Amino acid sequence: MRKVAIIGVGMSRFGELWDKSFRDIVIEAGIEAIEDANLEGKEIEAMYIGNMSGGRFLSQEHISALIADYSGLASLNIPAIRVEAGDASGGVALKEAYISVASGIHDIVVAAGVEKVTDVGSAMEIMDSSIDQEWEAFHGATLASLYAMMARLHIHNYGSSEEDLAMISVKNHKNAVNNPKAQFRREIGIETVLNSPYVAEPLKVFDSAPISDGSAVVILASERVARKHTDTPVYINSVVQSSDYLAVQNREDILEMKAVKTATRKALKLAKCELKDIDVFEMHDSFTITELLLYENVGLAEKGRGHELVRDGRVEIDGEKPVNPSGGLKACGHAVGATGIRQIGEIVLQLRGDAGKRQVDAEKGMAVNIGGTGATAVVSILGR
Amino acid sequence: MVGIVSYGTYIPRYRIKVEEIAKIWGEDPESIKGGLGIYEKSVPDIDEDTVTISVECAREAMKRVSLNGSEIQAVFVGSESHPYAVKPTATIVGEALSIDSFFHSADLEFACKAGTAGIQNCIAMVESGMIRNGLAIGSDTSQGAPGDPLEYSAAAGGAAFVIGSENVIVEIKDTLSFTTDTPDFWRREGQPYPSHGGRFTGEPAYFRHVSTASIEIMKRNDLEPEDFSYAVFHMPNGKFPVRVARNLGFSSKQIEQGLVVRYIGNTYSASSLIGFCAILDVAKPGDRILLTSFGSGAGSDAFIIEVTENIESYDRNQSVWKKIERKEYIDYGMYAKLRRKIRMG
Amino acid sequence: MIPSFWRKIRYRYNLTGTKCENCGRIYHPPRNICPECRRKSSITEVDLGDRGELLTYSIVHDAPESFKLQRPYVIGLIKLESGVVVTSQISCKPSELRIGMKVKAVFRKYGEDGEDGIIYYGTKFVPCEE
Ligand SMILES: [Zn+2]
Repeated sequence: MRKVAIIGVGMSRFGELWDKSFRDIVIEAGIEAIEDANLEGKEIEAMYIGNMSGGRFLSQEHISALIADYSGLASLNIPAIRVEAGDASGGVALKEAYISVASGIHDIVVAAGVEKVTDVGSAMEIMDSSIDQEWEAFHGATLASLYAMMARLHIHNYGSSEEDLAMISVKNHKNAVNNPKAQFRREIGIETVLNSPYVAEPLKVFDSAPISDGSAVVILASERVARKHTDTPVYINSVVQSSDYLAVQNREDILEMKAVKTATRKALKLAKCELKDIDVFEMHDSFTITELLLYENVGLAEKGRGHELVRDGRVEIDGEKPVNPSGGLKACGHAVGATGIRQIGEIVLQLRGDAGKRQVDAEKGMAVNIGGTGATAVVSILGR
Repeated sequence: MVGIVSYGTYIPRYRIKVEEIAKIWGEDPESIKGGLGIYEKSVPDIDEDTVTISVECAREAMKRVSLNGSEIQAVFVGSESHPYAVKPTATIVGEALSIDSFFHSADLEFACKAGTAGIQNCIAMVESGMIRNGLAIGSDTSQGAPGDPLEYSAAAGGAAFVIGSENVIVEIKDTLSFTTDTPDFWRREGQPYPSHGGRFTGEPAYFRHVSTASIEIMKRNDLEPEDFSYAVFHMPNGKFPVRVARNLGFSSKQIEQGLVVRYIGNTYSASSLIGFCAILDVAKPGDRILLTSFGSGAGSDAFIIEVTENIESYDRNQSVWKKIERKEYIDYGMYAKLRRKIRMG
Repeated sequence: MIPSFWRKIRYRYNLTGTKCENCGRIYHPPRNICPECRRKSSITEVDLGDRGELLTYSIVHDAPESFKLQRPYVIGLIKLESGVVVTSQISCKPSELRIGMKVKAVFRKYGEDGEDGIIYYGTKFVPCEE
């Protein structure tokens, strides 16, 4: 296996992009990435695209060829592959792209993620299609309600509180202020979260990430090729994907995210490092409880003690283990299939020192991207 | 001897008071309560309908005697509120009860007497040897038009009976039906609410049919009202059954136990049957019971029933009156939503 | 949606699951392969009983279109006596809810394909009285 570097990063803005189409936003991110990598475009040998539901959000399938075409690569006839794993689609696209370069098949590939959600009215129901439709959704379960059941149990078993969860949202909003691509660049107080209406008790509107339009693109290259294009390559030390029972009901302990645990363990082993070596994290805060459970399942906190990290500020941007300097899914925006790549983009900017006012001093970073309630997890470790 | 092997009932937990309905339509609740003899009525939840009520009362009946679905060969569901106009309720009920698919089934409709019609069908099939056990269910989620007097009485509930010839808790000694073409109450195809002939529903309809059937069945069995421990008549309101009992020579003591209508309203196909089950809840071996239903349109089914020794060991824990007391009141707004009376955009 | 609903009616109307005779594990929804034994699986059907305990729950306010008339409704994870956990609605007042409460299965309506479509029935739970 060869070493693989990221040589370019591009992102659209996240949010309700009324004047931009699916094609517009992915190209916007793509152009930025190509410029960042100092490429002309024709060097790209393959594209891997994470997208959860072009079919339901846009009635458009076959988006792989569509994106290659509108990226101006139709005449090069390169392979374009769309991957889907709920809102872990982006992470899985990165993993596939990584394999294609590490294996020696390609030298320069694109890993992209894109979602256009505001062309339909029922984005939430489409988001919910990542849970078991026959045995969860049939009974009225929603993605939010499944996480809410985890939150309820965590509060019941371990004495965490709705305030602890709210503080995660407050933190992520604060970080997003300094992210020019973020959807919500404004600080909020804990009261804003606690006074927002319930989505699925005990989770509220401000515990929940928005469903956003947006795209993120990173360009991967083999170590040898990378050196020709950039002085600041960021290396993918490891990227590992794991799966778990699709339906929450079938998991032995619903507060245990086995896919996350497995992927983290393997990723650390492959990257030959320990959790204490990681300086910055991007974690999948689709709901505040998701981020809290990720602290525990990644290993930043012991089981049942995730909320202590919030209480002592250890996960703040100036804390010992900053989580979501970008603002996370909650405040930067959750463009579903783009999220896994967006997280990688943030880690790259952080490691290169290009993160502006939200810059963290970091040598290594980790991104944790999960699908639905955690049946897919992708953990990536990046280093300078 | 053919009889009842087991019975079960179901009453939804929501109630609406006469006061709450009267308030909306600017009527005097005291005169309505006095005139109808109803104080409150049951209301099904948004996820309850004739099918779910039928399944719940049938499951109770089967559970009480640990009867397996494979031991039932016929299912009749009598109702005037089958959820589908075309597509049987009984097939859904049969599936939910895990009845072996080789069973006879039919949905019955005869206003408020479709439940007793099912019992008669089962009796005939058991007696003829076609089946060993049959399930007869009377179940309704009946509706009255907003503002119509029926709105004070039209309620929801169900009663299920396993009819067989082994280990019966009561024997069905005789049954007869009296049927004429009397348009006292009807609902045309496609109409959401029924129409009725006002006071015409009284003398020529309810009283004539209930009295004739009751008198005739007593006469041909050489029985007088005083030979019965209990009597139960269809309960469209709290007044008619009391008056018909008095006219026939029954005392209020004989009908009191089955007079459930004041607290749950008229549960249509289940009405006389839930009253009958309330009597079975307390009946002793040797008790004789007269049951006479009434269905508009019109007809009455009368039954003479005698309680056997088996009732002593029969599980009667969840009594009808206990279920009547288990309730939660709702306001008219909630009622309008639950009964889908609000036109959605 | 009709065929996919109809196909599994027996597992929706009643709490029937599958048991792996090789290891004794029980599953709901039914499975064709035991996740522990895989090729050595030997799958049979088993009745899961109608009693259980509420493991956790949520009161759903932001509901899919087809559940809007029912909201707020309660969704929960119920551990049946057989040990199997199912996702189901709990029909009760939110104030009655508590983790660990005993519940029993009832037959209820889950939804319909509009006013002219088919009706979906299934299992819900209510608090156990005794
Ligand atoms: Zn096994």
